[in-house]
Amino acid sequence: MHASAREDAPRAVVSLRGIRRRFGRVTAVDGIDLDIREGEFFALLGPSGCGKTTLLRIIAGLERPDAGRIFIDGADMTTTAPNHRPVNMVFQSYALFPHMTVAENVAYGLRLEGLARAVIAERVREALALVRLEGLEDRRPDALSGGQRQRVALARALVKRPRVLLLDEPLSALDARLREEMRLELSALQMRLGLTFVLVTHDQDEALSMADRIAVMRNGRIEQLDEPEGLYERPRNRFVAEFIGKINFFDSILEEVDEEGLRVVLPGVGPLSLPVRCLVTERKAADLALGDALTLAIRPEKIRISRAGDHADADSDLFGGQDKADVRLTGRIAEWAYYGGISHMIVEATLPQSGEVRRISVVFQNAAKETVEAFDIGDAVVLSWPASAMIVLTS
Amino acid sequence: MESWRRHPLVFWAMGLPGIFWLIVFFLVPLGFVWLMSFGEKRGIVDIAITGTLENYLRAFDPVYLGILFKTVRISLIVTLLCIVIGYPVAYVIAFSPPKVRTWLLLAIMLPFWINMLIRTYALIAVFRTRGYVNFTLEWLYGLLRLDALFGPFQPLPMLYNEFAVIFGIVYVFLPFAVLPMYAAIERLDRSLLEAAADLGASRFHTFLTITLPLTRSGIASAVLLVFIPALGSFLIPELLGGPNAYMIGNVIAAQFKKANDWPFGAALSFLLMYATFAILAVRPLLVRRAAKGEGAR
Repeated sequence: MHASAREDAPRAVVSLRGIRRRFGRVTAVDGIDLDIREGEFFALLGPSGCGKTTLLRIIAGLERPDAGRIFIDGADMTTTAPNHRPVNMVFQSYALFPHMTVAENVAYGLRLEGLARAVIAERVREALALVRLEGLEDRRPDALSGGQRQRVALARALVKRPRVLLLDEPLSALDARLREEMRLELSALQMRLGLTFVLVTHDQDEALSMADRIAVMRNGRIEQLDEPEGLYERPRNRFVAEFIGKINFFDSILEEVDEEGLRVVLPGVGPLSLPVRCLVTERKAADLALGDALTLAIRPEKIRISRAGDHADADSDLFGGQDKADVRLTGRIAEWAYYGGISHMIVEATLPQSGEVRRISVVFQNAAKETVEAFDIGDAVVLSWPASAMIVLTS
Repeated sequence: MESWRRHPLVFWAMGLPGIFWLIVFFLVPLGFVWLMSFGEKRGIVDIAITGTLENYLRAFDPVYLGILFKTVRISLIVTLLCIVIGYPVAYVIAFSPPKVRTWLLLAIMLPFWINMLIRTYALIAVFRTRGYVNFTLEWLYGLLRLDALFGPFQPLPMLYNEFAVIFGIVYVFLPFAVLPMYAAIERLDRSLLEAAADLGASRFHTFLTITLPLTRSGIASAVLLVFIPALGSFLIPELLGGPNAYMIGNVIAAQFKKANDWPFGAALSFLLMYATFAILAVRPLLVRRAAKGEGAR
């Protein structure tokens, strides 16, 4: 669903150049350059305090940058007041006007445009239909559920037909089930309207499932800007790798490098050969020197787990027969969290050469009922994975 | 509240002194005054409770009705001025940075630490013919050589008239107007103002459509906190007003002192109290309208 159909020469709706914003001694946004393309669903993702909300507020005009320029549709809007910008925002608290009905809330922005009464009524009706709130026109916000308030906030912003819709943690106040539902609905809405959405969130699942492109932020800077699968499969550094999903890290040392691949030593395990595509950082293979310290990483779902003893026969057709299990560790299941569809396990694995015990995170697909029942805490298991499933990060 | 019900003795032990105080020093004297309002003066200190309504009928004499009407008019003007002056002050305090806010609030409350009598006498020094205002004006008059054009400086009559009374009451009651309005503005969710700006409203329009309607309950409280005590004020008109700016409070005070007609004074007091009750009964209406606006934030 990550629209790759939008690749035809995208135009920047919002351009940020060298944006900086400081609050007292804290630098919230530290020199950001960013182009948000026409019609994309863009997400600003990061832990709290990373500056993502400040950046959104700067786009909205609710916050002035100390340095840098903001262009919306090519026009410099750095000093333009929020009420003169062609963007609208859905606030985290929704910020519905409590003394107005649903219809009055939605009409508020249109009344200011001086449109005819009939036009306003028609557009309010349209907007409420869009978010499926027909029949609640005369309710006041305090008589609405959390999900309904969220929809009113959405309708109130959309009815202005903004060039960009800004969403500040729009789903954080909803319960898990409703959040899931709204996630799908927001994506569908964005597709249907073809409008540019900029979403701020600290929830990686939210960003991965909805956004076309994601900027991962930390300490006021963008750590990586990529499509969801790029962030997940090719994180540029340890922060991004750890922030998006779960991952296991191994320190290692580079032994040999050429155009074909890398040869590294995984301490306690032994030498490994990796294809050059596993190197996902900005540093190219040619920049690496022998003896460099590298970080190898493997995602938990790429590790194969089997019972000790019956791995031998399974080994042949593992990983589609293309890769063999280059790494093989034995250990015991220390923790197990059952999520229904998947199980997340922590395996205490013994490294064969050094005898050191490492806690390794493994995700297991509960494909058959029996396999779930076959494992228990304390069971001896074998973990295996092909070297090519790992990624190499330079530290 | 539950624990009070389970330990009634504690409840009574805590409550009794206050209840005792209220009965002995407030309700009982009030009862005496109420009885007195149905009495007749028989001598210099003799009053007979005869059940007559004469005192109440006398209150509807045009002289007293005129003073009552003037009292209401002055109180309304005072209330209006307190709201109009107090709201911007409350607004500025509510929107200033927390450190500054503490000092500004202190400045608002500072006058409470000084006796009202002293503050009112201070106003006399400011407003009298040879007071600070006229002194400053005369100096400016001479500086601008206006005496060559209009003749010698004539001091402005600022004391012992309605202007002085209104100024004095506003001066004393302004903090009572500022504080409830400050509380209401401070409570206002700032993201609502941002949302209004985001939807295209100018600052002025945001103020009219969001801030003002959502702080109406604070304004309603301020109106009552100023209007009711203003109705009963007598010290300020006594000191600043002179004979032409007498308010109903002065008439009542005069009945108990100079005129030595306690029954009539008692009747006037109760009429003023009933009028105040009537105004208090309006308050729920004012607040309900405001609360409807503020919703359940």
